[in-house]
Amino acid sequence: MASKKSYHTRKYVITGFIILIAFTYLVRLFILQVPNNSYKLSAQNNVLRHITLYPSRGLIYDRNNTLLVYNEAAYDLLVIPAQVSKFDTSYFCSLLRISQEAFNRRFQKALRHSRYRPSIFLEQISKEDFAYLEENLFKFPGFYFQSRTLREYPLELAAHTLGFIGEVDHNNISKEPYYDQGDYIGKSGIEKSYEHILRGRKGSTIKIVDVFNREQGSFEDGHFDTIPLPGSNVTITMDASLQAYGEMLMENKKGSIVAIEPSSGDILTLVTSPSYDPNLLVGRVRSHNYEKLLKDSLRPLMNRATMGTYSPGSTFKILNALIGLQESVLYPETQYHCSGPESRPIRCTHYHQTPLQLKGAIMHSCNPYFWNVFRSIFNQPGFQDNISNAYTVWRDHVTSFGFGKKFETDIPFEMKGNIPLASVYDRIYGKERWTALTIRSLAIGQGEILVTPLQMANFSAILANRGYYYPPHFLKEYTLDGNKVEAQYGKQYSSVIPENFDVIIEAMQDVIGSEHGTAHWVRIPGLTFCGKTGTVENPHGKDHSMFIAFAPKEDPAIALCVIVENAGYGSTWAAPIASLMIEKYITGDINRTWMEQRILESNLMHDQ
Amino acid sequence: MRTRGNIFSNIDWVIVILYFAMVLTGWVNIYAAVYNEEHHSIFDITQRYGKQLVWIAASVLIILLIFFTDTKVFSTFAYFFYAVMVLILISVLLFGKEVAGSRSWFQIGNLGIQPAEFAKFATALALAKYLSTFNISLSKRRAIIISVFIILIPAGLILLQNDTGSALVFLSFILVLYREGLSGTFLITGLSVAILFVLSLLFDQMYVVIFLSGFAIMALFFIRRSFKNIARVLGILVLASAIVLSVDYAFNNFLGPHQQKRISVLIGVDPDIRGAGYNVHQSKIAIGSGGFWGKGFLEGTQTKYDFVPEQDTDFIFCTMGEEFGFIGSLLVIGLFTGLFLRIIKLAERQKSSFARIYGYGVLSVLLFHFMVNIGMTIGLTPVIGIPLPFFSYGGSSLWAFTILLFIFIRLDAHRAQLL
Ligand SMILES: [Zn+2]
Repeated sequence: MASKKSYHTRKYVITGFIILIAFTYLVRLFILQVPNNSYKLSAQNNVLRHITLYPSRGLIYDRNNTLLVYNEAAYDLLVIPAQVSKFDTSYFCSLLRISQEAFNRRFQKALRHSRYRPSIFLEQISKEDFAYLEENLFKFPGFYFQSRTLREYPLELAAHTLGFIGEVDHNNISKEPYYDQGDYIGKSGIEKSYEHILRGRKGSTIKIVDVFNREQGSFEDGHFDTIPLPGSNVTITMDASLQAYGEMLMENKKGSIVAIEPSSGDILTLVTSPSYDPNLLVGRVRSHNYEKLLKDSLRPLMNRATMGTYSPGSTFKILNALIGLQESVLYPETQYHCSGPESRPIRCTHYHQTPLQLKGAIMHSCNPYFWNVFRSIFNQPGFQDNISNAYTVWRDHVTSFGFGKKFETDIPFEMKGNIPLASVYDRIYGKERWTALTIRSLAIGQGEILVTPLQMANFSAILANRGYYYPPHFLKEYTLDGNKVEAQYGKQYSSVIPENFDVIIEAMQDVIGSEHGTAHWVRIPGLTFCGKTGTVENPHGKDHSMFIAFAPKEDPAIALCVIVENAGYGSTWAAPIASLMIEKYITGDINRTWMEQRILESNLMHDQ
Repeated sequence: MRTRGNIFSNIDWVIVILYFAMVLTGWVNIYAAVYNEEHHSIFDITQRYGKQLVWIAASVLIILLIFFTDTKVFSTFAYFFYAVMVLILISVLLFGKEVAGSRSWFQIGNLGIQPAEFAKFATALALAKYLSTFNISLSKRRAIIISVFIILIPAGLILLQNDTGSALVFLSFILVLYREGLSGTFLITGLSVAILFVLSLLFDQMYVVIFLSGFAIMALFFIRRSFKNIARVLGILVLASAIVLSVDYAFNNFLGPHQQKRISVLIGVDPDIRGAGYNVHQSKIAIGSGGFWGKGFLEGTQTKYDFVPEQDTDFIFCTMGEEFGFIGSLLVIGLFTGLFLRIIKLAERQKSSFARIYGYGVLSVLLFHFMVNIGMTIGLTPVIGIPLPFFSYGGSSLWAFTILLFIFIRLDAHRAQLL
C-alpha cells in the first residue's frame, strides 16, 4: 500500500461538494417554503382546489357546412368527501331534486373512489338549474361545480355515423394517460374516429378555497394554470339533406342506403334503418336509453350499412362478367343458351328470348348465362388441372373490387364480409376434390360469399369510375391551428381495365332505359342512369331487395346501394328508393311524387 | 467468530442512530402520506405504513445477521456476490415480472423483490475488492477500464430492464474512482459531456453552439494567447460543437418517438403537464405550501388529497416538506449531510483500503439517491424515479440500503482488531 500514491486530500473536495449540495438545496427549499405566499394558505386553513378546465369539443359540419353537432353548456356537481361537513341533506336533496337514497348512494360511491379526490356527484346539470344551485352552494362545503359541455344534434339524423360520447372507462385511461376519471371520449362513429381532433386539450387551474367553500382566487396568480385548447372542427363528407331524405324513405323499413361520390370516395349518405335520435344518447339519460335501444328486437344500434352482411345476389353477375372479359374468356358477343345441357346446373328464372349476348344477359339477369361465364373462367387453358389456382385468380379479381376486406378509413364498426379462400373449399370438399360446378352458386352471387352494403356501394362507384375507387370515408377536412387540413385518400385500381367496363355500363343503362329492363319503371326523365337489380336469397325469411346504381352515366356524381330487408324483388323497393335518392341529389327536387308517396306510405317492417 | 462484546463496543453508534432516525422519520411520513380515516391504526399491516414497519423489523434482523458475520466474508466473497448478482440480473430479464413497463421484479410469494437494488452493494464490494488489490493504480489505463467494466455490467443489465433510474445510480461510482486516484480531468470531462448532452436536447443546437463559441472567445481573453493555447481552445470548441450536433441528429433520426419521449421526460422538457412535469409542479406546491413550520402532522392537504403522485415512494419528501415545513426540510437535509460526513470520516480512518473504498461506494450511492430524489421534488434535477434512502416506502430498497450501509459499519467495527 505504501507503493500507492495517497489521494487522501481529495476527501476535502468531496466534503466540499456535499456541503455545496446541501447548502444549495436548503436555499432552494427556503425560497420555496418561507417567503412564499402559500404560507398564508396554511395559516388560514385554506385548501387548494385543482379544477380541470374542459375544452369545448370540436363541431361537426356536413359537406355543405350545415352544422350537425354542437355543444350546449352543462355543469357537473363535484364532491370532495373529506371536505364535506354537516349540512341539511334534505334541503340539499330538494335543491338537486334527488331522493335521499340517491344522495346516499352517490355519496358512498364518491367515498369509495377517494376521500380526498373529487368525484362527480351529479352530472350534466342544465344551465337553468345551475344558476339557482350556485347561489346556495356556500351552505355545502366540499361541493362545487365544474363546467362541461353536452353534445346537441340539431338535425336529429345520422346517429350511427356521428356516434356519441361517454365517460372514459378504465381501458381508455390505462391506454392513454391523458384521460382522467370523468372525462368524455368519443365512443362510436365520427366522435370516436376523430376523438383526437375533436377533443382539444384540457387545461387546469388551481383555486384557493376558504372554509366557507368560496373561491379566493387563483393560486400563485395562475402561475401553474394552463388554458384549455378548444377542439378542432371537423367537416364530414355527408350531405345532410340527402341523408335526411334517405332516412325518411327508409322509415318503417329494415335495411340501408349507402351513397358515395365516385370521383372522391366521399360517403354522401349512410342510412341504416331502424335507427334512433342521436339526442337520446346525450347526458344523464344516455345509459338508460342505451339499455333500452340495446334490448330492442329491431336492433336499432346495429349499423346495417357497415355491419350487415348479405349475399350480393344478381348484382354480383356484373362482377363475374367483368372478370370474364378481363380473362378474355368472354366477349360482348358471346352467346349462351338458356336451355340445354349447358344451362342445367342453374336454371333460368326469367322469360326472355334465347340465346342472349352479354348485354341482354345482364338486362335479363339470366342465370345460365353467368354460370357459363363462371365456368369458362375456371376452365381456361392451364387452369383446368388446378382448381385452387383458378379459384385464387378469380378471388384476387373479386377482392380487387374491395370485397372481403375492410376499407379501414374512418368508418365505424366495419365488417369484412366473406370471400372464402381456396383453402376453405379444400377443407370442405377435400383438396382438389371440388370444381367450378361445386361452387356454382358463386356465379349468381349466392353461396358462401357475403358483402356489406358499403362494399356494394363502393362496387357501384368502381363501375361508375370504370375501374378505380377511393376508399369510402367520412372525413373531408378539419381545422388545425386555424388552417384547413384536407383529408387525402389514395386511388385504388381494380384488376379490370377501363375498356371492359363499356359493355357492362351499356347493359346497366338498359336495365333502366330499355323498355324490357328489369327496373324500367324507376327511370328518371332527362337523366341517364345505370343500375342493376338484385334479389338476395334470405335463408331466414322473405328475400331482400337490393339495387345498385350510379348517375349520370357520362359524369357520375353519385353511386349507391340500397337494400331493403325482407322486401322481395330488387325492382320493387330498392330500385325506386335508389331512383328517388338520385333524383333528390342531382336535381335537388322530387318530381315523381307518386313514387315518393308509395315508398313513404309503405311499412315493410311487420310482414316478415 | 469474534466475541459479541467486542463487536458491539466497536460499532460507530453515531451512524447507527442516524440510520434509525431516518428510517423512523420515513415511516412516520409514509403513515402521513397514505393516512386515511378508515385505517388509522399505525400498525395495520394491510396498509403501507404497517407493511413498512414489518420491513423495518426485518431490517433489524438483517443488521444483526451482518454484525455476526465475519468481516472476511465480505472481502473474500466480494467477486462471488458480484457474479451471483449479475446472474440474477440476467435471469430477471428472462423470467422477471413486468411492472409498469419495466421488467425488474421477482415475485417470491406475495413479496416483490427488485434485484437492481441489491446490485448496488455487490458492485460496491467488487469495486472495493478490485481497487484494493496490491499494485492496482488508477493512473493506469488498464485499471480504469476494468473498473469501468465492473460498474457498467450491472448498470447495462438494469438499463435493459427499462429501469433507467436505477441504472444511472451506478454512474455515481465515478466518485469512488476519483477518491482512489482517477484524474480529475475525467470527472470534469464526463460532467461536461453530460451537461452538453442535456443542453443540446433542452435548447436549439444553434444556440448551444453560439453559447459555446461565446464561451471560447471569453476564454481566449483570459488565457495566455500562445499558439498552443489558442489551438487547444478551438479544438475543444470544435469537439463540443460536434457532440452537440451529433446528439441532436441522433435524437431525431435514430430514436423512435417512444424513446424520444422517455428522454424528454428524463431531462424534464416533457411539455405534458399531466406527465412528469405535472408531478414536479404538484410536488413544488405541496412543499411550498408547508411554509416555515409546516401544517402539522397529518394536516397536509396537498399530499392528503393525492395531488402528489407516488407520494410514499419517490415523492415522500413532499409529505415532510408540507407537514413539517422548512424545519422538516432542514432536518432531512441535516440528517443526510450528517450521515455523509460521518461516512467520509469513518472511511478515511480505515486501515484497510478495501473498507475505505467500500465506504466511498456507500457514500456515492446514497449521495446520488439523495441528490436526485430531493432535487427532483424541488425541481432542481430531472425526474428520475429512484427512492429516497431509508425514507421511501418499499421493502427491497430499505433492505438494500440497510445491507449497503451496515456492511460498512461492520467493516469499521472490525478496524480496531486489525493491526
Ligand atoms: Zn335466361
